Amino acid sequence: MSTLSLAVRDSNTMLRRNLLHARRYPSLTLNLLLTPVMLLLLFVYIFGGAMSAGIGSSGGIGSAGGGGGADRAAYIAYLVPGILLMTIGSTTIGTAVSVSMDMNEGIIARFRTMAIHRGSVLVGHVVGSVMQVLASLLLVGGVGVAIGFRSTDATALEWLAAFGLLVLFALALTWIAVGMGLSSPNPEAASNTAMPLIFLPLISSTFVPIDAMPGWFQPIAQYQPFTPAIETLRGLLLGTEIGNNGWIAVAWCVALAALGYRWSRSLFDRDSK
Amino acid sequence: MPSSVMPTSSNITSAAIAAQGLRKAYGDKTVLDGIDLRIPAGSVFALLGPNGAGKTTAVKILSTLISADDGQAQVGGHDLATDPQAVRAAIGVTGQFSAVDGLITGEENMLLMADLHHLPRDEGRKVAAELLERFDLTDAAKKPASTYSGGMKRRLDLAMTLVGNPRIIFLDEPTTGLDPRSRHNMWGIIRGLVADGVTVFLTTQYLEEADELADRIAVLNDGKLVAEGSAEELKRLIPGGHVRLRFTDPDAYQSAATALREVTRDDEALALQIPSDGSQRELRSTLDWLDSLGIEADELTVHTPDLDDVFFALTGPTSGTSPAYHPANTTDSPKENAR
Repeated sequence: MSTLSLAVRDSNTMLRRNLLHARRYPSLTLNLLLTPVMLLLLFVYIFGGAMSAGIGSSGGIGSAGGGGGADRAAYIAYLVPGILLMTIGSTTIGTAVSVSMDMNEGIIARFRTMAIHRGSVLVGHVVGSVMQVLASLLLVGGVGVAIGFRSTDATALEWLAAFGLLVLFALALTWIAVGMGLSSPNPEAASNTAMPLIFLPLISSTFVPIDAMPGWFQPIAQYQPFTPAIETLRGLLLGTEIGNNGWIAVAWCVALAALGYRWSRSLFDRDSK
Repeated sequence: MPSSVMPTSSNITSAAIAAQGLRKAYGDKTVLDGIDLRIPAGSVFALLGPNGAGKTTAVKILSTLISADDGQAQVGGHDLATDPQAVRAAIGVTGQFSAVDGLITGEENMLLMADLHHLPRDEGRKVAAELLERFDLTDAAKKPASTYSGGMKRRLDLAMTLVGNPRIIFLDEPTTGLDPRSRHNMWGIIRGLVADGVTVFLTTQYLEEADELADRIAVLNDGKLVAEGSAEELKRLIPGGHVRLRFTDPDAYQSAATALREVTRDDEALALQIPSDGSQRELRSTLDWLDSLGIEADELTVHTPDLDDVFFALTGPTSGTSPAYHPANTTDSPKENAR
């Protein structure tokens, strides 16, 4: 059997194992989904009035002004792309935790003593995790649509590009999360290590436009992976200006994925404990 | 190295596992300090040692889990350092901590192994079902492995190891933590493997287990092999046989101790130990001698040297041997005493 077909076959076996885990024990993923859904509802229904009134003039939101209902609809439109990317971040915390849990299981030592493709354990985790992210996006996106999110004039191509961006972003964060899981001694530590994945979207342009933030803080919000990805997704779904955010987002994704992959492989190829 | 007791037909010259000068240290702590091994194909080899002697480290190195700092080894004819993947294809490993996936069922664990050995679907199902049956797990096959008892997990673990039909199997403390019945079951299973011509590398801290199962035993202490041979050869290494006389009356004990003089005293238990090899002839002369002195003990037991004696003599601090074992420190042989 060639190396490639061995890799594909073993990775597929590992993927099925991980999906079986996810299906048997969905509570971890579901718990992590609560955060983005809660924030979405909180910001729309509790803070929504103040938020949209306060930032309406700063240009980030398409149609400011008008009645409270119109404001709310505009703010939902502004919020949902960021919430979707935050969903990716919080779901991949689950990846870090489950990878760490897995590495503490004896079965991993068994895999290491078998003549299987070395990377298949990790690839199985990554592909399974990306599939879980997509399911999560569907759920959170569904909540968004249910409370009134509508894409304005997005073409089929733009939808496809939006989907591609979400998958790429999920892939990048998942490889990073796998590295975090591998580098943590136990699941609790993994969950702490992975905190930036949920924290970064909070300090991005998810809730308010960057120029509504204090000046000293703007670079922090600007130069991190979530903001360009959020702006790109907004542009694709809502027709706002993308500018060079698209390329920056793709560059972030590719760099993070490559870094996460190299990091994870080198951690996994170390001698076991 | 004396020749071992070998199963008849197997290839005597080929070593399933050979190692030269294996070393491993973690920081300042040397765990393995130059281990040489040669294990003939089709035999059972037991690596015996106290906790922390380096048994698990040896298994981890030979099963490609960790790399040695120095030395080399061949497993199944493949070099560990240059062709670990070929070694992995030849071996099966059942580690000290159960290597089963607790989140999925026993059957799913078996099918996972079948998939990873690239068995066709039908054959995988067949092999899984057969092994589950053989290891008495058919009834529990649909339950998550995390709900299994210790003995069941260990059986599932070994069943998973056997899916790929490995010719060399590493068993790291396969019966640690099992109740006596499960342990005997496991022994039966291991004997079954040997009957199929599989080479078994076993680590254990139970001397009885090594005695029961192994063709050859090596005693590992503090990272070094301190003895190697068959159980019989090891037992011959040290004098440990004695006759133990126990008294209930302290006065009788005192007078006997005075009369016998050159014996090991255990004042607390009111017991005396007279060195003896356990043969009928020596026992008779010892009894005659006791009769001639008018000593009548309330209880007489014959203690032949066993692997416990070897173990305690070869491992651990020399002074702190087990309370059950008092080395016969008299240089007199029983025959001299009997005269």
